[in-house]
Amino acid sequence: MSVDMKKMDVHPPRPEMRPSRLSWITRIYIPMILKGMLISLREFMRKPVTIQYPEQKPKVSERFRGEHRLTKDAEGHMKCVACYMCATACPAHCINIEAQAAPPEWDGRDKIPSVFEIDMLKCIYCGYCVEACPKEAIEMTNKVPKVYQTRQEFIYGLNKLLNN
Amino acid sequence: MISMVLTLLRNPLVLAVIKMFVAIGVVMSAVPMLVWLERKLSARFQRRIGPNRVGPMGLLQSIADAIKLMWKEDFFPRNTDRLIFLAAPIMAFLPGIISFSLIPVGQAEGAEWLGPNGVMAVSYLEMGLLVMMAVSSLASYGLAFGGWASNSQYPLLGGIRSSAQLISYEIVMGMAVIALAMKSGTLNLSEIATQQQGWYLPHWNLFLQPLTFLLFLIAAFAETNRAPFDLPEAEQELVGGYHTEYTGMRYAWFMLGEYAGLWTMCSVIATLFLGGWTLPAAWMGWVGHFPWFVAALISFGIFIAKVVALVFFFMWVRWTLPRFRWDQLMKLGWTILIPLALANILITALLMEYGGLYVR
Repeated sequence: MSVDMKKMDVHPPRPEMRPSRLSWITRIYIPMILKGMLISLREFMRKPVTIQYPEQKPKVSERFRGEHRLTKDAEGHMKCVACYMCATACPAHCINIEAQAAPPEWDGRDKIPSVFEIDMLKCIYCGYCVEACPKEAIEMTNKVPKVYQTRQEFIYGLNKLLNN
Repeated sequence: MISMVLTLLRNPLVLAVIKMFVAIGVVMSAVPMLVWLERKLSARFQRRIGPNRVGPMGLLQSIADAIKLMWKEDFFPRNTDRLIFLAAPIMAFLPGIISFSLIPVGQAEGAEWLGPNGVMAVSYLEMGLLVMMAVSSLASYGLAFGGWASNSQYPLLGGIRSSAQLISYEIVMGMAVIALAMKSGTLNLSEIATQQQGWYLPHWNLFLQPLTFLLFLIAAFAETNRAPFDLPEAEQELVGGYHTEYTGMRYAWFMLGEYAGLWTMCSVIATLFLGGWTLPAAWMGWVGHFPWFVAALISFGIFIAKVVALVFFFMWVRWTLPRFRWDQLMKLGWTILIPLALANILITALLMEYGGLYVR
């Protein structure tokens, strides 16, 4: 059985990227220039889209992944049980957790973190830590990450994350 | 006191000095405003806000920039030709002011001591148009010398491009001016301006000679090195072109020169094609009743309004069109515009001889 090579070629013929010969109305430039100038005039009349950033905050979406927050349960204790799941899932290795025994009166958990640090300079805001967490103890706010003067200030500790 | 000042003003020498300062003052105060306007307009065309921190609406931004540039390090590249390197920015800047001094900016009827018929121009010349053409093209020497003296590849390319562009488009501009001079029958700039006032509205050369206007406009874009013909300084390909090696205040002089050239070119177009300080209606009828200084202010205001409208147009074009490629620029100049300019002269001549269109 012979195969028709032409039929095997499934790609449709490529459309020309641009006409080989421009029409005369394009080649005398003037009408096209006027058209372009009308377009830029229309943009000129519209409102600027720039916002004055530090004074004016941008409107971000509901699902925006901003700075992290550690959540609390109904008793006001932090939900985190220091299981290291978020630190393991983190592709940027920006989470540093040190565990300690939970106080006996906190029920339902053996451990809580004594140190919970996120290096905001390393974080890529991917949200994998939120996905990995079995206790829904970490979530992302829609606060735009801030700017500081020293590297140390970018490392958010337990208190800052709980109150974020 | 006032009469004493007026007597002093009638001294031609004193008057000449004052006029000179006024011309320099007008250009030098217009330039920072143009820089501000360019930045504001470019921002709006791109839907940005533009400078708005220094002064109201960012109006003092140019002054802040000038102060910053003055404090910059004064840098000389190695093996420069010092004298030419130093002279080039000034050479780029001066033609703008000199050719502005030829342009009549208004008329104060009854103040004969200001100039013939009270025309307000620093130098009232019978062949003003010719001198203007001669002087305004000198700015290109500044760019070419700056490019040459920098002893660096990009500036040299920019300088060469500037010279080649000038040679090509100066011809077009000259030929456009020939057609205009044929129609006007004079090279006197103020006479060309006054010819364009009249009762029926489109008495402007813009409407009487649309092809000439188009040719002159295109050549003016090339002459002032503005987009779409800003090849000598093309930031993207030549890293700033002729002023790559310039820093601080000397760089600022190049920028001042560019905007002074823009201002002067817009004044020239306003005079030649938009009737200068005159309005389409025979305005002298009612303005003539005012004292001379009121008439002077009104006519000057009309002139400035026309120039600013043209500046807006130039900036509008700059922020709309992409830059021409080098060979496209040359092809457009030599194979399209120059034949068109020749045909324009022929058409004008035929219309004058047989059409009876321009008979006054």
